[in-house]
This record gives sequence, C-alpha cells and structure tokens, in this order.
Amino acid sequence: MDDLLSEFLTETNENIGIVDASLVVLEQDPSDESQIDNIFRLVHTIKGTCGFLGLPRLEAVAHAGENVLGKIRDKELTVTADVVTIILEAMDVIKDILATIEETEGEPAGNDADLIARLNDVAFGTADAAPSKVEPISENIDAGSATEDELEAAFLAAEGPDEEVRPGEVSLEELEAAFLAAEGPDDVSAAPVVTNEEATAVEETKSPTERTAKESSISNQSIRVNVQMLENLMTMVSELVLTRNQLLQMVRGMDDNEFTVPLQRLSHVTTELQEGLMKTRMQPIGNAWSKLPRIVRDLSHELGKKIDLVMHGAETELDRQVLEMIKDPLTHMVRNSADHGLEIPTDRTATGKLETGKIVLDAYHEGGHIIIKITDDGRGLNSEKIKKKVLESGLASEAELEGMSTQQIQNFIMRPGFSTAEKITNVSGRGVGMDVVRSNIEKIGGTIALTSEEGKGSTFTIKIPLTLAIVSALIVECCGERFAVPQTSVVELVRASADSSSDNTIEMINDSPVLRLRDHLLPLVHLNDILRLETAADEVADQSEVKGAEEFIVVIQVGSFVFGIIVDRVFDTEEIVVKPIAPILKNLSIFSGNTILGDGSVIMILDPNGIAAMSGDAVVGSGHTEKVETNQGAKGDEKIALLVFRAGGQDPKAVPLSLVARLEEIEVAAIEKANGKMVVQYRGQLMPLTMIDDDVKIVESGRQPVLVFSDQDRTMGLIVDEIVDIVEDHLNIEMTSDKDGYIGSAVVRDKATDIVDVGFCLQKCFGKWFGDTDTRPFGADGQKQKILLVDDSPFFRNMLVPLLKTAGYEVSTAENGVDALKMRDHGKSFDIIISDIEMPEMDGFQFAEEVMGDERWKDTPIVALSSHTTQRDFDRGRDVGFSDYVAKFDRDSLMSVLSQTLRISGSAK
Amino acid sequence: MSDNNLQEYVTILIADQLFGIPVLEVHDVLRGLSLTKIPLAPAEVAGALNLRGRIVTAINVRKRLGLPELESEEKGMSIVVEHHGEPYSLMIDNVGEVLGLNLDDLQPTPVTLNTCWKEVSGGVYRLEDKLLVVLQIERLLDFAGSSNIAA
Repeated sequence: MDDLLSEFLTETNENIGIVDASLVVLEQDPSDESQIDNIFRLVHTIKGTCGFLGLPRLEAVAHAGENVLGKIRDKELTVTADVVTIILEAMDVIKDILATIEETEGEPAGNDADLIARLNDVAFGTADAAPSKVEPISENIDAGSATEDELEAAFLAAEGPDEEVRPGEVSLEELEAAFLAAEGPDDVSAAPVVTNEEATAVEETKSPTERTAKESSISNQSIRVNVQMLENLMTMVSELVLTRNQLLQMVRGMDDNEFTVPLQRLSHVTTELQEGLMKTRMQPIGNAWSKLPRIVRDLSHELGKKIDLVMHGAETELDRQVLEMIKDPLTHMVRNSADHGLEIPTDRTATGKLETGKIVLDAYHEGGHIIIKITDDGRGLNSEKIKKKVLESGLASEAELEGMSTQQIQNFIMRPGFSTAEKITNVSGRGVGMDVVRSNIEKIGGTIALTSEEGKGSTFTIKIPLTLAIVSALIVECCGERFAVPQTSVVELVRASADSSSDNTIEMINDSPVLRLRDHLLPLVHLNDILRLETAADEVADQSEVKGAEEFIVVIQVGSFVFGIIVDRVFDTEEIVVKPIAPILKNLSIFSGNTILGDGSVIMILDPNGIAAMSGDAVVGSGHTEKVETNQGAKGDEKIALLVFRAGGQDPKAVPLSLVARLEEIEVAAIEKANGKMVVQYRGQLMPLTMIDDDVKIVESGRQPVLVFSDQDRTMGLIVDEIVDIVEDHLNIEMTSDKDGYIGSAVVRDKATDIVDVGFCLQKCFGKWFGDTDTRPFGADGQKQKILLVDDSPFFRNMLVPLLKTAGYEVSTAENGVDALKMRDHGKSFDIIISDIEMPEMDGFQFAEEVMGDERWKDTPIVALSSHTTQRDFDRGRDVGFSDYVAKFDRDSLMSVLSQTLRISGSAK
Repeated sequence: MSDNNLQEYVTILIADQLFGIPVLEVHDVLRGLSLTKIPLAPAEVAGALNLRGRIVTAINVRKRLGLPELESEEKGMSIVVEHHGEPYSLMIDNVGEVLGLNLDDLQPTPVTLNTCWKEVSGGVYRLEDKLLVVLQIERLLDFAGSSNIAA
C-alpha cells in the first residue's frame, strides 16, 4: 500500500478516536471551548488530507461535519445531544469508509447525501435545528470535577481494549514494527495532542483494533511514541549495557561461577535490546523522497519539460536524524536536475533523445554507509560555461583552468556562490546552490561526488553514514588522557619514530612535523599541541624518556585534506553513542561530542573538522588552511608538490618537492671550507653547500635549514633562510627568468614565486658534472639546440626540464605523442626528440613510426627514454626508428647520448 | 503565613565560607568520582563525569570564585544541579546541613564584595555564628564572559 495512504489511515483513525472522545466530553460540558477548537481542528485536518489524497466521498462527509462544528465554534449553534449524535454518526461513516480504504485502497461506492443533508440542516438551520430543550450544564461545576469527568469520558470513549496494554508492556517487536512504519518527526509535531500524551496515544490506536477486529489492519500496526521517550529509553539501555559490562568484568576472573550462565543470558538480552532500540531510530529513505514526485510534477509543468522520476531503494533505512538532514539537500538536487540538467522536449528530440527526461534516484547500503545517487539523462555540465563563470567570479585564472581536468572544472559548481543557470528562475539559480548541499552533507560526515558527461547527463553520488547516533570510534591516548576519533574519518594508522631507525620517520620543517607516506608528504600535528596538553606531555617525557622513540600517527581525511595526528597510544575501536557536550562548552569546535565508554568513564570525541581547522593554522602558519589540500583524487596528475622556502629576500621561492631528497638543519659550526667551497660532513660524506644567490645570510650560530638534493652517490645542500611550506599547485611558469639559478616565476598559492633551477645548483656544486666535453651540447656556440621532450609524467618532465635547460638546451614539452604531433602540425621543428615509451593514447613506438612516416620531422633524431631496457626493447626501438635508447633514470648517459646524437645528425646535415 | 516565605537551603562549605543552594535545585551529592579532563575548556570547567549514564560537567567552584585550589582533591565533594536541563556538578569542599531560612531575613549582597563573588551571590543571611551567601546557580554557570575578562 502507498506509504502516504497508510500514514493517512493511521493518523485519521487516531484523530477520529480523539474526536469521538472529545465530543462526548463536549456534550457534557458545552462551555468547554478548548474541546470544540480541538475537534474542529482535527476534523478540518481530516477533510484537508482527504482532499489532498483525492478521496471525495470522505471529504464531503468531513466537510459537512466541519460545517456543523464551525457553527458550534462560532457559538451560532448550541451543543445538544442531537447535534453530537449526528456528528458522531458522521464520524462512524468516516470510520467505515476508512476501513474499506484499508482493504481495497479505494473509497467504497455509495452515497452519503442523506447524512450530508442532515448535517447541513443542522448547520444552516433549515430544519428545526438547535433545539433548546437541553439545558446547558449548570455553571457551578468546579474545575476539578470537570477534568475528572473528562478523563472518565475519555476512557469510556476509548472502548477499553480487552487486553489492556500499558505502554511498559509493549513488546520490543511491536515497538520495532511500529517504528519501521512510523512517520517522521514533522508528522509528530503536526499532531501534538497525540504525542504529548503517550498513554492516550497508545489507547487511541488500540481502539480501532476493537472496531475492525481484523488481522493485518494497518492502522494498528504502528503506534506513535514521543521521540524524547525513545531517547530516554536509549539512555537507559546504554546504562544497562554498562552495568552488564561491569558484571562481566567481575565474573571474568572466576571460572565456573554460578553467575556465568544467567549472566550470558543477560548479556544476550541486553545486546538484543540495544540493537532493537537502535532500529527504532531507523527509517526508510523513501520518507525523504515522498514529496519529490509532487515537486517534480510541478516543476515539469512550470518548466515545460517532460520528466520521469524513477526511485530505487526507497526502503533503504537510515537514521531519522540523518534523514532529516539530507531531506533538503536531496530536494534541492532533484530540483537542480530538473531545472539545469534536463532539456526541454524539443531540444531532446533534436539530439536524438527520448522526449521525456529521466531523473533516477538510487539508494543502497555499502559498508557502514548509505549511497544515494541522483542521475539525470540531461545535457550534462557544460565545461565551457563553467570555465567562463569561474573566470568571471575570479575563482581561478585562465592558466589554472587550462591545466585542469574536466572533472576538476565540473567540481567548481560545488564552490560557494556558483550557479550556471543564466537566468535566475523561480526554481534555481539564486546562487545558493551546490555548495550549500555540499556543506550540509559534509556536516553529517558525508561526501558528495559528481560525474558528468556533456550531452549525456550527470550523476551525483552522496555517501553518508548510516547513523550519527552510533559511531565506531578509535580510542587514542595522549598525555594520559583518552580521546575518541570517529572511525569514518580515519584513513590509516602509521607507526613512526623520531629517529631514523624505522621506515617511517617524522621529519621537521621549521618545527612542523611531516611524514613521508608513500608518494605523499603528510602534514602532522601533535594532539598534545592542539589540545594544549604539552606541559603534561613534557613531564611524561622527562620521566620516561620515551618521547620520540615511537609514536602513532592517525591519518585523517577531512574533505580532501589529509593530515596525521600524532598520539601516544592507540587502543581499540569501540562503538560509541555520541552525546552532545554541555552548552557551556559549545564553543569548543574541537570536540563533536562526548560519550561514556564500556568501562564507565567519560571520553571526549574529537572532531576531525575542528582539528583540521586548528591544525591548518598550526601547520601552515598563515591561514591558508583550505588550500593545503593534498587532493587525493587528482593524485598529482595536474598538481605537483612544491616546497616553498625563503632564501635571500622576502619573496617566496619554490622547488618541486620530488627533487628534494631531504630537509635538514645543520649546525652552522659544522660548515667547513674545502677547495674554496662550503662543505659539511653529511652521512659519512662531504656534502657541498651552495646558495641560490649571495643575499642568503648564514646565521652566525645555531642551525641553518638546508635542502638536500641527491643523485645516486652525490648529494648537495642548498642553504635557505627558512622553509615555509609544502603546497600542491600547478606549476605554470609564466615568466621565464634570465637570472641564473631560476627557471622562472609561477603563481604558487596566489603568490608570485621564483622557481629554483635545481640543475643550476647542481652545476654550481659539481662543475664537472655537465662539464665534460663529451656531454657538452653540440654547437654550444651561442645558438641553443632545441629539444622536444615527450613524457606523460609531470614529475619526470619537471625533473628533466631544468636539467636539460641547465645543460644548455632549449626545451619544449608535450604530454603525449598526439600533443607532440600537433606541434608538428603547427610547424614547429626541433633538433632532437626525447620520447617516453609508455604513454596514454599513443605510445612511443607508434609515435616514432608517425614521426618517421612524415616528411617534416623525418630527419629529427628520436631518443627513447624508458624504464624498460631489455635487449628486445632496444631492438624494437631501433626498428621503428629511434636513434638511441636510454634508461629513464640514467641522467649522465642521457646527456652524452643527446650530445652524441646531435653531433652525428649535425654533421650529417 | 511565614511558611510561605520559608526557603530551605543546602549549606556548603568552600574555603571556610558558608554558602547556600536552594534545596530543590540540588539533585545529587557526590564524592570521589573520576573526572575526565576536557582540554581547551574554560578553566572553571574541571572535566566531565559519568553519573548513572548521564554525562555531567564538573565545575570547579573555587576557580569560579577566584579561590586557590583545594590542596588534596580527593577530599572534595560535589553537588549536582541542573541548569537548562543540563546537569552540572559543582565541586565544593564539604556539604553541611539543610537549613530553613525566612526569605524576609535575606540581606542584599554587600556592594564591596569581589566582582566574581558579587556576580554569583543572591544575598546574604546572617546566621548566629556565621554568614551564609546564597549561590545563584545560573550566575555561577555563566562564566563565559567573566573568564574572558580574566584571561
């Protein structure tokens, strides 16, 4: 049966029960105005809902009844036994019709004209209505006895169920069944009379049972219970669980105890009770969807579109609280799909689509999450439009956009104040858009992702936790205090040490700890710093000397920001019930709540969002919290990690982080001079030190930060003033530099930053490195040789380009063979091409064949660069026309091969 | 008719000063429950504790009144009060008896008192041998503003 209809039946049956009882009370005390108001309101509600659901017969009867009650309310009609009787009669007719609807889901055929006529007679006095023979009840009844009467009447009217069921005796199953079918809290508030008096509510719902005496009656399968009462029950059960745990702990020590068996039973029952109660909070997501068909219908009229709304998985259950919070975002997104997503029918047919657009809602469980997908087969997102809008609103520069994938560009629609609707319509485009949706979803620990194909449609995927009430939490210890971290935001746990004995070593950049975690540099925060527990920590450290020996890092992801929290110890995970923290502590954004653990102690629950906000300051130091995104999704395809530092002057300088081997602080006193150059003893070797320019001041005493670059067995140190930050950004060198030591300038995190040429530094230290006559670029007399470097890896391009430039070549790059061939089509020419073998779209072999097969670049030598260096690869390479084949990481042989190849081709010319 | 003006107070002792809290506001008297510290919380908040499944915020009343810490915390007692439906545990030195006092005898708070005392005091009773300061729970728990000033 339709959810809406069954809700209506339950509600109306309850309401009629109340009306019945109240009418009897009213008959006894016609002066009771609150009663008549109440009755009138209930009947009015019944009438209204009937109209909405399209039940004309019911509506007509209720309407006639309402007329009479209206007259009474307006004091135009006196309450008499006759009047009450006829209204009761109307209620009985309504009840009968309801019963039929329950069976057949439709109104029975029939006519109530007679009853309606009589009701109207009473209301409008065409007959000898309003007989005054019934005297008003004497005035001197005092308030006390009146209420007693009322109570009694109410009980009589409820027609006492045979088995009096008191609320306490409602079985768990019943409660469960009840709550699966129960309505959302907004319905509860719609009928406050019912919810305020649970006892009445229970009785009222029981009475229909008596009336119909049918099995499978829908209206008695659910009862309404005040949410507050459920919360209280929840607290009690938690308490029971705690007590159980304590008992179990006591018994655990003794074997073969007479308590063991009953305790196990108790334990079982308690667990089941707890789980059952949890279930009462769960509701099908269909409740949040119920209004959507109507909205979509209205929208399709308003917008002149044909829309088909398909909903799958409406029965998927999730916590009531979560449900409430996603209701609005969902509605908003469906509106968006209808308004922006779907085209008007003529456009659709023009593009060969069905006239009727489709919006599909999908919900299903996955792990501890619920996934909701909203898919439309509309026009999809127009990247160009978004780009234009992004530029207009200054969210990104043209250059930045250039380097972004379609996916990244599409994601701009989730930024604040972004709407692609050109006109502000009634439906959407007011600038409160997807960003609000996103923040709402993130507020409850969810994520939202978007895929869209232009012309084909868009899909939004929302992932939210099943419940907010119970979360799995990781218990950690810091300075002797325990804290809970919600498991949903924990990515992994890493054990690390502060010395270099283990694989994972915490390194410091200007007092900010960082960790190399696979291919990322992970910013770290000390939990004790964040919580300002350091005094206690120092004491502990002093006592035990353990600080730094071994630490645990909880890797946390908040949105796209990944960071690590350093804690002293990691315990187990526990299922916890989140309780709000006291109002006087509400401004502590670092805690999302608190809870009581199994052992009875209170524990604070850390809010990863709060820590991220705070650690943003701690890690970045200058409020750029939002931008220090490690951006896992993009995996550095577009962005590369840059180490930002200062050296000589205040302007920031940067170098690709991938080129930096280590960050060190060296004692100034340890710097020695050898052969007129600064060196320092480093890991058993002499490491030459250099400076980017002479403005860099070495401090007179203490420690100086140094970037260490290394290449095979050679290392060198670059002395800098201060290491500022590590950022991920696009490296678009916008201005090339003619100054030695710099590749050029780029915008890094909204600031003009000089990009340091590592090759130059290397050369400065190891003059001989590229100085061999063998590797000197051919024809080095003034005119530079032009190299085209084709490689799909931005890392590799970034590494090679400075090197090649340093060696005196002019370098152009292409991401793959296709791009390179485009350059050929643009009429560019090069002296030599260096090409990777493994590339998307067109691999190196194909590329070489293409090059050889065309007149324009036929004579340009191609050097293959690959990590595959077997003889077979060499042979195949030479077959397709590669002049030479170099292993990818063999820098020196690359240089000599380049030089030799150029010399050969040069002399051949 | 004097019964109407009778107010019963639970007397508590903090740093040898007698205080009174209306008896109906007192929900519980506790001793020696383990506290969980709440980092970053105002100094007046001593921590949180579990009272029969409810999480109660413990308030260090000595701090609130600008008094030095009690030397050994073990000896202290706590009184649980409720404010806007939230339970708070007031950490005090000792709990005395219940006194029935006539509201007519309540004297206004002397204006010369220390600011934070003046804030929380709802008046003073002159008992035979001592003075009893009536504590206003609501004012006692409203320390967000005052602590900022102190900081």
